[in-house]
Amino acid sequence: MNYGPLLFLGVFLTLASSWVGLVLVPQIQFGRLEPVKIEETGEIYPMARSGLAEQGRELYRAYGCVYCHSQQVRAEDFGADIQRGWGKRRSVARDYLRDKPVLLGTMRTGPDLTNIGMRQPSVSWHLLHLYDPQMTSAGSIMPPYAFLFDRQKQGLQKSPDALPLSGKFSPDPGYEIIPSPEARALVAYLLSLKSSASLPEVK
Amino acid sequence: MKTSTAPGFLQSLSPASRPDPAVPPAALAEIDQSCRGPVLFMFVCGVVWLLAGTVFALITSWKMHDPAFLAGYGWLTFGRVRPVHLNLVVYGFANQAAVGTALWLMCRLCRVPLMHGWMIIVSTVFWNIGVLVGAVGILAGDSTGIEWLEFPPYAAPILFFSYALIGVWTVITFRFRREPHLYVSQWYLLAAFLWFPWLYSAAEILLVLEPVRGTVQAAVNWWFAHNVLGLWFTPIGLAAAYYFIPKVIGRPIHSYYLSALGFWSLALFYNWNGMHHLVGGPMPAWLVSVSIVASVMMLIPVVTVAINHHLTMRGHFHHLKSSPTLLFIVFGAMNYTATSVHGVLSALRSVSEVTHFTHHTIGHAHHGMYAFFTMVMFGSMYYIVPRLTQREWPSARLIYLHFWTCGLGIMLYVGALTLGGVLQGFAMNDPNLAFLKVVAVTKPYLVLRSLSGMLMTVGHIAFAWSLGWILIRQLGPYRDPSAVVLGSSKSQSTGAPA
Repeated sequence: MNYGPLLFLGVFLTLASSWVGLVLVPQIQFGRLEPVKIEETGEIYPMARSGLAEQGRELYRAYGCVYCHSQQVRAEDFGADIQRGWGKRRSVARDYLRDKPVLLGTMRTGPDLTNIGMRQPSVSWHLLHLYDPQMTSAGSIMPPYAFLFDRQKQGLQKSPDALPLSGKFSPDPGYEIIPSPEARALVAYLLSLKSSASLPEVK
Repeated sequence: MKTSTAPGFLQSLSPASRPDPAVPPAALAEIDQSCRGPVLFMFVCGVVWLLAGTVFALITSWKMHDPAFLAGYGWLTFGRVRPVHLNLVVYGFANQAAVGTALWLMCRLCRVPLMHGWMIIVSTVFWNIGVLVGAVGILAGDSTGIEWLEFPPYAAPILFFSYALIGVWTVITFRFRREPHLYVSQWYLLAAFLWFPWLYSAAEILLVLEPVRGTVQAAVNWWFAHNVLGLWFTPIGLAAAYYFIPKVIGRPIHSYYLSALGFWSLALFYNWNGMHHLVGGPMPAWLVSVSIVASVMMLIPVVTVAINHHLTMRGHFHHLKSSPTLLFIVFGAMNYTATSVHGVLSALRSVSEVTHFTHHTIGHAHHGMYAFFTMVMFGSMYYIVPRLTQREWPSARLIYLHFWTCGLGIMLYVGALTLGGVLQGFAMNDPNLAFLKVVAVTKPYLVLRSLSGMLMTVGHIAFAWSLGWILIRQLGPYRDPSAVVLGSSKSQSTGAPA
């Protein structure tokens, strides 16, 4: 094989083939999907997120949550995703139309979060869990995100948004723990994760 | 020696200029001398990133079983140190080890001295700036959030400019070669040098600059991420194995036809593999199926290369005792076969149903990137560096310490995560088992992974120590390396590559 041009041509064509097959054809097939109107509710799906939730999404990306949490539910006969309650139906391409970047994830060191906003709708649970996961999920290996909270001196009265901490988790006497705007944004994003709308492609 | 005969930079860019047929192929000593500065510079930078990447690896691994470790700082949170580890070892270390080795191989196989060394130096400076900017960017929270492409958008153009210089250099070197015969290693090198810029620029454009919509991003992401391993690192690793195995044992490669079959089947099938990372995901079934079929077809190039290498080595395994290069490269080549066959199995839907989303995948990635590729690169550097510095390695003990700690370390790593991942997968697919019970299943294996990482760290320090020592020795009086370099090559009449 001493013919340079033939080598170059072969090398070019092989990669061109998968570029067409795995990049161009998917773009043609589902790269122009549009949101749809859900018949029962009249809502457009997927809906745009609120500004706060969108900020939270940026934090989710920046803190690398995707390395431990997937956002994709597999079909009923493939794994136990639906039995575990991670979603009511499998995820489809339309669920991700507004996501830049798409955060499908490839690891489940922690549980899938596709539908966490429905599974765990409590803001205070999420704040406690972020502050120290051991409080809500003893034995978890998720790191604490205490740096998203401010420790401040308690005034005459306890602040209304101070975390209800007790026992070994409570701060020094006279101090209280307040969620920062970042923590609130992140929780707003987690609560926005709902994908139970039934779509024409998955009834 | 004959630098005056090398074309000027502008002359070498002109399509009209041709290599001077009167100039004979360069002597090996002349080639090695011309490579000294640029290739050593790249290797040293690479090894510095290897050490930095190792520190981040240990922090990442430790955090997985001790989540309170260094938890007080946002920039050191798990989700930032993990991608910093990956990007430092992949783009900082592996890439520079790969390109340094590839440059030297290109010069040797084209039988030309390294031309326009300033291009390589400038490229290396920019590459390292790009890696540094990228890593700091991730720690600062600017990661793109796209696996294997985490470096922020402002780091990518620096890296691309750096790579463009290497690409141009490769074309120049190839055009002005003085050896008309194209050895199998060169097929792999030329292919890799053409594939990488395509993959990298396509992925950056379609995912970062002008993102495609929805899950098409996932398709582009895994087309890129799997191919950066399959069409960039793997070909360079195989080029090195195809060069050094026959070189060290002093006989030709077993079969030219097997080499050609292995190369073209890899080119044909590997680039279609990526979608097996999305098995069960929100993708059209055909897309995933195509990749599973291509993954199974990978048995052809893998088995072909394994047979070819094994039959070349047959009857010569005693050289492993005398040549660290061969020791590392044969270890790497064997693991190439092992990890590829394992990869074929993992791509199957029934296996993937269990192993996808588990530590099993992380084990597999390290099996390919480390047990195969990195070990081959270590072997290559053990061959190349003494020839560039004209000094022998200072301590055989350090070399064996490096080999055994890294060899045992990575086997323990892969074993622990492969087994732990399978158990994790079965536990996760049992809906009656609470999720925290699944986490508990994995913990012992995560601790084992940290231990294996410490072993490999010892090896990396031993290697960096050797490299520093040999460079300091270079400042001392000259010693003829040919008598003492372990496993130096035999005479030229054996049919082994030049």
